[in-house]
Amino acid sequence: MEAVLTATDIKTQHPITVPGFPRPLKEQEMVINMGPQHPSTHGVLRLELILDGEIVVDVIPHIGYLHRCYEKHCEHMTNYQQVVPYCSRMDYVAALSNELGYAIACEKLLKIKVPERVEYIRVIMAELQRIANHLIAIGTYGLDMGAFTPFLYCFRDRERSLDIFEQTCGARLLYNYVWIGGLSHDVPPDFQQKTKDFCKYFRPTIKELNDLLSYNKIFIKRTADVGVLPAEVAINYGASGPMLRGSGVKWDLRKNDPYSIYDRFDWDIPVGTGRMGTVGDCWDRYMVRVHEMEQSLNIIEQAADKLPAGDVQSAIPKRIRPDAADLYVRTETPKGELGYYIMSDGTTSPFRVKVKSPCFVNLSVLPAVCRGSMIADVVAVLGSIDIVLGEIDR
Amino acid sequence: MIPQEIADSIKAKFPDAILDVKLDGAIDPFAKIAADRIKDVARFMRDDEKLAFDSLMCLSGVDYTGGKLGVVYNLASMKWGHKFTLKVDVTVENPHVQSVESVWKTADWHEREAFDVIGIVFDGHPDLRRILLPDDWEGHPLRKDYKVPEYYLGMKVPY
Repeated sequence: MEAVLTATDIKTQHPITVPGFPRPLKEQEMVINMGPQHPSTHGVLRLELILDGEIVVDVIPHIGYLHRCYEKHCEHMTNYQQVVPYCSRMDYVAALSNELGYAIACEKLLKIKVPERVEYIRVIMAELQRIANHLIAIGTYGLDMGAFTPFLYCFRDRERSLDIFEQTCGARLLYNYVWIGGLSHDVPPDFQQKTKDFCKYFRPTIKELNDLLSYNKIFIKRTADVGVLPAEVAINYGASGPMLRGSGVKWDLRKNDPYSIYDRFDWDIPVGTGRMGTVGDCWDRYMVRVHEMEQSLNIIEQAADKLPAGDVQSAIPKRIRPDAADLYVRTETPKGELGYYIMSDGTTSPFRVKVKSPCFVNLSVLPAVCRGSMIADVVAVLGSIDIVLGEIDR
Repeated sequence: MIPQEIADSIKAKFPDAILDVKLDGAIDPFAKIAADRIKDVARFMRDDEKLAFDSLMCLSGVDYTGGKLGVVYNLASMKWGHKFTLKVDVTVENPHVQSVESVWKTADWHEREAFDVIGIVFDGHPDLRRILLPDDWEGHPLRKDYKVPEYYLGMKVPY
């Protein structure tokens, strides 16, 4: 590959001069607001861009436009179970993963052991949710980069996975499916067959997606070597999920700090390798998501084969009243490490619930990545983070 | 390392900074640290070879009621796989805690959030301003004695 010039190189090599004028033209920094209604900010996010021509000097994200007082609501609920629908509404494109994290935290607080069947169904559903989330992330990322067709293909496939959700719990987006100690409904009788059919259908379409977008020359030119995030910076900022793995760190809570029954399945953690440019660039982060969908299919197939019989509501407690305690539980959602810090004071409603949102932390890396890049690359970097403002603002 | 060893190694280095340790009976074992020493303790815990707490999982502000506020730091080591929790207690009259932003950048936005919703002031934070609420918001909504305002900038809130 030819040597890649950074934006600063271009500027020093090509000062703006006017014939007959003794010195290069005087330049001044400019402040531009990107958002809060910009289509590529994926929601209501305002980025205050400080620009030197086309070069980004600094980015200041302003969040909070979608703040719905989640934590305040939690404290005002009359019981722990009522919090679950609010969890769905944080990361609304991966609602089930949020509910799962909250349920696991409460079960640990109450010392409940959930039945095997519940664990298996939860894993299958969480991985289907991961695929649905990554399809949105990939589709809209293509859209950001100017490729419209892959977006439609992704949504076509996402509908298939949402059909399974709809048959199971009636909802397509906000499920309220994972309850503390169990599930709201048992799965329909043909659930195993349906999920296996989905896996069989979906595996070839990943190749189709790769041909269409991943190895598209224009897409690679737009994303490779752009927004490079070194591993040590990612760790210090607390980045997680595909953002961290894209930087080459083999870290996935499903393997490194296993919860539920993830330690029973055979699968790999995909990491960024710098195949098209540098390790930790936008293409790596994108590609980690594509590979993760394949690994999710592996998990779903294994879990669907072993799905045991049983009652999914046998462990749901009649009255949820944990002892006074506090704990922090983290799970791997499609976006990264979602943590719940829950503090109970011995009553029936939580005393304090604090959510560590993966997008919140991943977005805070944006200024560090974008400084010195071109303004058009801010869109590429922002899309590769895969943010959902509902979760950042809560 | 087990929580006992982690607590012992902090105690050996900072005997005066540790105020209390609770290992048994708590789901997440924790140590209480003095508010004006937390930065040194945090830096030691990150840089020490045996501890290597390279990730700050979560930083939460808490209002314990009765004029007591607190900050909870949930730490994990990606290198060794162990976890530990630090807690700092302050009062409503003097809600000052040292910032650990220079140790873990994760703390940057989390400290701003704790300042925003609980009202804990992090000394040494480079950019301590509200993050989720508007800049002109009054009060800290997650304080237990917070009264939900009926008016915002002179406008009645209709609900």
